[in-house]
Amino acid sequence: MNLTKEQQAILDGEKGEVLAQIMKTLVRYGELFGADSMVPVTSKYNHLVTSFGLKALGPVYDLMDKLIDSGNVSTQKFSVDPRPLDPKVPSNFLQNFIFKNFMYSKQEDYEAQLTKLGLMEKDAFTCTCYMDEVGNTPKMGEVLSWAESSAVVYANSVLGAKCNRNSGIIDLMGSVLGYVPKFGLLTDEGRKATWIVKIETTKKPEAQLLGSAIGMKVMADVPYIIGLDKWLDGKLDDAAKTYLKDFGAATASNGAVGLYHIENITPEAVQYGQALITENAQVYVVDDAELERVYKSYPVIWKKKDATPKLCFMGCPHMSLEQLIDWTGKIDEALQKEGKTKVCIPTVFTASPAVLKKFAETPYAATLEKAGVITSYICPLMYMNNPLSEKIPVITSSNKLRTYTSARYYTDAEILEQITKGGSSK
Amino acid sequence: MKEFKGRIVAPGTITAKAVVSHGGLNTLASFQKALQFGDKNATCGDQNNPDLYGKQMAGKALCLPRTIGSTTGGLVLYCACSMKRQPACMLFSEPIDSLAAAGAVLADVWLDDVTMPVIDSLGEEFLSYVKDDMTITVKEDGTVIVEE
Repeated sequence: MNLTKEQQAILDGEKGEVLAQIMKTLVRYGELFGADSMVPVTSKYNHLVTSFGLKALGPVYDLMDKLIDSGNVSTQKFSVDPRPLDPKVPSNFLQNFIFKNFMYSKQEDYEAQLTKLGLMEKDAFTCTCYMDEVGNTPKMGEVLSWAESSAVVYANSVLGAKCNRNSGIIDLMGSVLGYVPKFGLLTDEGRKATWIVKIETTKKPEAQLLGSAIGMKVMADVPYIIGLDKWLDGKLDDAAKTYLKDFGAATASNGAVGLYHIENITPEAVQYGQALITENAQVYVVDDAELERVYKSYPVIWKKKDATPKLCFMGCPHMSLEQLIDWTGKIDEALQKEGKTKVCIPTVFTASPAVLKKFAETPYAATLEKAGVITSYICPLMYMNNPLSEKIPVITSSNKLRTYTSARYYTDAEILEQITKGGSSK
Repeated sequence: MKEFKGRIVAPGTITAKAVVSHGGLNTLASFQKALQFGDKNATCGDQNNPDLYGKQMAGKALCLPRTIGSTTGGLVLYCACSMKRQPACMLFSEPIDSLAAAGAVLADVWLDDVTMPVIDSLGEEFLSYVKDDMTITVKEDGTVIVEE
């Protein structure tokens, strides 16, 4: 690793032992991936993945204290992933007891640590920090030290920023130090596509299903996707951004994709076109049959496979304003058709506090509430990722939630049918 | 007996019994329950991993292709090490991924009293040869010896 004089001085301990250890960590981390230098973090804000005061993560909080006590707080303000608890979300007595007294008993203390380290504002808790309403939207070419796989893949692909798939703690350390190791998606070579994906479906592919198929095929590689632009009306508008948010989260969780290019849509694909594709790139064709095959391959890990769903979670990653409005219309129309006034399955739509605030200012908020749908800022993953919740038959159209928990995946159309017509599973 | 040579991610020597995951290890799903509920054996809690689910990971030579899942993976591994519930060593058939690398480096740099040798790039043949309960010895130079 070629360090500048200033970086070498930090490594040698001239700015204190703790900062030297942070530099050592990032240098060793970078060297494992062939980094030859440390480059400045240039985004205005950072984004951290660790948002939950999980009692099990005690050693992390001790490490945070070490940073705070030595004055090594973040050089940038930051947003952080969603909170794990919200009283609005249905939970039984036992769940509440376990959540508050055992699992997330450190939540309050941890949020106090985040404030000291540089939290943007008290409600900056969301996995979709890049949305306009939240305001942590990096510009093209900016170098980030983010974690949260769905946010990283969005920032790289849709915004053209540069960020590796960092782990929690590494995200914070990059921001404290102000430098990150240059490798992978921070390099021009690392942003080239080693896969060509041809979309040959007869209708607009379900974002979450297409992302899953591509993620499982290319794993951590970069795909260049041809033929999807026509289903996105050839432009990167709010609807396309929402589609790519869900698509990207599925590629990142069902595989380990950190960057994708969509021909004629995403900024680097628009700028460089097929020059982004490496020689001898592999080819993957996605048609209706392939999506069907992928859908059928998902294991159902409910104990009782035909259980009636008890809860529906939508919004992993958090929903956009456009999505909340669109779903409100669909639910309202479907309920009217069925002669019903409320959804048949307890349903939670999750979005960032900032988006929920905007949504509350629209007339749709009252309609959605009347339909019995709960809106929340919670992280569905954190709600589900424990032995109590995993026994509950939960349905979702989030492929990320399906991958990490016992939640069962259905397409958007199937979810709409289940929550408005009836809750029997297929 | 068979020898494999990999790259040293975190140094150290150890002899331990193998536990093998042929699919990627979801670090958060695998370790969360163990860290949360005081299971010193670090029994794997990932229902989506048929190779490892319900098996002890602490003190074992954990053989795997890569880690997958939440970007909290690195800090979960760091916590497992700090709480002394880590595998005896981690042996990757593929080049290490960024999340596992973060966990391995964090533990090695920030924890004085913990050693968890980590070797990567051992090759596909390593993962197809090694089976649960085989005896694994990790040498200083990154050589991994597998004995039935």
